[in-house]
Amino acid sequence: MDIKVNVRQLDGQQRDICVLDLNGEIDVYTSPKVKETITELIDQGHYTLVINLENVRYIDSTGLGVLIGGLKRVREHSGTVNLVCTNPQIKKIFDITGLVKIFGIYESEKAACDNL
Amino acid sequence: MRQSLTAHHAKRDPDAHLVELRIPSSAEWVGVARLAMAGIASRLQFSIEDIEDLKLAVAEACTSYIQGAHERDEICMSAEVAADRITITVDAAGQNADLQRAGTAQSESGVGSLGLFLIRTLMDEVSNEPDPESGMKLVMTKFLRK
Repeated sequence: MDIKVNVRQLDGQQRDICVLDLNGEIDVYTSPKVKETITELIDQGHYTLVINLENVRYIDSTGLGVLIGGLKRVREHSGTVNLVCTNPQIKKIFDITGLVKIFGIYESEKAACDNL
Repeated sequence: MRQSLTAHHAKRDPDAHLVELRIPSSAEWVGVARLAMAGIASRLQFSIEDIEDLKLAVAEACTSYIQGAHERDEICMSAEVAADRITITVDAAGQNADLQRAGTAQSESGVGSLGLFLIRTLMDEVSNEPDPESGMKLVMTKFLRK
């Protein structure tokens, strides 16, 4: 029960886009690590983020809270966060919490980047 | 001497099986409660989706207690496994926990209320019940779909 976080900066884009690849489970134990990474990126001036949840097997309210917190902060700088999510169970959590209306949620990284 | 959670189940179904788990109230143990829940739920013919719902509900309940707990507190989970349903009770030994309060209190990210919302959405029946030991306990039931 761990989370691996990898950050990539996309080259050749008109905008500065950072992609966070998350792999594992996001819960009360692991979400501080995700929060720390997002906070560091925003502090460094990266306000356009794609968070790839394709390899996330589980997310709870603390994980959702971290994503919401990140979105709030980038929006203060006219930025945005798009998500990549293909796991039906994870999608369901975004659906029932109404967060599908807050985040752009896409089936692929390309679609998430194209719609920033 | 630690009191068994069985004492909380005065009204329980005599034919149901009872499984109890006690974990330290710290974040790294929530995953253990989640895995235990998956194992218990798989004893019935719950779908994968329902098992995921149960895991999340248990984890949210534990998380709510952890956010208001002291370091040496413990969280107690018991699962009453009947033929057509599973009833899970979560409470915190050693603290005067109030999940209703924890669930509505706005933490930095508003997690408390979101967690309780998820529990209420994913489970079929949810209630807070007063408990002489822990203040309040959360009781939640999911029925087996036919």
